[in-house]
Amino acid sequence: MTFDETYFDIGRLDRLSYRDTCVHRLDPRAKVIVTMLFLITVISFPNYEVAALVPFALFPVLLLTLGEIPARFILRKVLLVSPFALLIGIFNPFLDTRTAIVIAGLPISAGLLSFLSILLKFALTVSATLLLIATTSFPGVCHALRQLRFPALFVSQLQFLYRYLFVLMEEAMRIIRARDMRSFGKRGAGLKVFVRLIGILFLRTVDRAERIYYAMLSRGFQGDIPSLKRSHLAAADLVFMAMTIAFLGVFRYFRITEGIGRLAQELIG
Amino acid sequence: MSHHIVEFKDVFFHYPDGTEALRGINFRITHGESVGIVGANGAGKSTLLQHMNGYLMPTLGIVTIGDCRLSAKTRQEIRRKVGIVFQNPDDQLFMPTVFDDVAFGPLNLGLDEVSVRARVMKALGMVNGLALQDKPPHHLSAGQKSSVAIASVMAMEPDILAMDEPAASLDPRSRRLLIVLLNTFKHSKLIASHDLDLILDVCERCIVIGNGTVVADGPSAEILSNRTLLEENSLELPLSLQRR
Repeated sequence: MTFDETYFDIGRLDRLSYRDTCVHRLDPRAKVIVTMLFLITVISFPNYEVAALVPFALFPVLLLTLGEIPARFILRKVLLVSPFALLIGIFNPFLDTRTAIVIAGLPISAGLLSFLSILLKFALTVSATLLLIATTSFPGVCHALRQLRFPALFVSQLQFLYRYLFVLMEEAMRIIRARDMRSFGKRGAGLKVFVRLIGILFLRTVDRAERIYYAMLSRGFQGDIPSLKRSHLAAADLVFMAMTIAFLGVFRYFRITEGIGRLAQELIG
Repeated sequence: MSHHIVEFKDVFFHYPDGTEALRGINFRITHGESVGIVGANGAGKSTLLQHMNGYLMPTLGIVTIGDCRLSAKTRQEIRRKVGIVFQNPDDQLFMPTVFDDVAFGPLNLGLDEVSVRARVMKALGMVNGLALQDKPPHHLSAGQKSSVAIASVMAMEPDILAMDEPAASLDPRSRRLLIVLLNTFKHSKLIASHDLDLILDVCERCIVIGNGTVVADGPSAEILSNRTLLEENSLELPLSLQRR
């Protein structure tokens, strides 16, 4: 992927979050809380759990459908970061060769189970987080974090990250374009030049930071970024939270997948 | 009213690297005056503006804003009085949404929620930007960004407005709207710009800066039609006066 494409890809994620669907309209706080609970619940499953994790896919799928987010876009992003999870779990099947279960005469090793479990947990958590970002404007998320008493410094760092990510990327894009226009073939595109470009980008960023700080001082900044309350939790938000929490609780403590399996067996038998 | 006065008295400034940017600047601007600051690149215009609210402190000399002499102690107070609009709106708009950005100043002034909202609405209304309030700055066009940057300063209700190249990135239509807008402000105004036509349209008085000193100071119509003076300072006649 070229730099320009990466840039527009991030821009796309950002634009998705400004749509208007029932998921987008939910209060950011409700979505932040629910996503956090979802992450904690998924992670809380023991190492070898696979079957009980599967029903949790319902949550991202529902958000995806109701929020009208293109599934391929999210899947691509999940794949993009998947090497991390793959690397963490890939050796499990070889290190942990105890036979855990036998399915249709085929012994399945405990390592393979824990590997699958890692992959499932990874896919669930990453897609849920991506969907939070895709269905909630980033300022909304920051605001929610602040209202949920996250430290002000942490939240303002996030705010600046979001605000200047695009400015910085545009700056980098201009530098790279300028280089590409005057470099022919491999010449000029080497590592040496690249390192210098990074240096220039860094210096420009420092200069910009200074100007921004000046702008903040000019408007009375004294160390804390103030903000106004904006959103109110509506009935819909409470219903959404209650339903998801119930869903999480039921799927965490009752073995739904097994139950469905038994039911099917009984019906057949 | 004495509180809208800006006075520079023998102001010298040199940067830490030894560059002498200001070498004895003298001028006095009274209430409601609107003054253009012109000069070649590197003449000291931006440095001068940065003295207006104490971002830079004079190495020598006295800057007085209203009844307040600029010092480390009075800096905060002076920042309430002087609003500065920067050349690059991306530096000025640092909050994630337009609303938050315009509210930043008033919130820092310690106003309550109702008056903050009122001020934000008033300021955005002034620049026709009410529809933009929930947008993040990176979704705005350059013209919209600079309107919002102006609103974010106006929301502080400053006595004195200082602007650095306000029209640099604007298309002709946005530039015209800006000129109309600036003419509705009854504040004392200081505008540093290379856009001499804008100065001619907005400012009745004009100060030419060259090499860190005041080269000329007088009515815009007079100064901006003085071809020799302008050309000596790397400037030229405003386009509207160039009828050949």
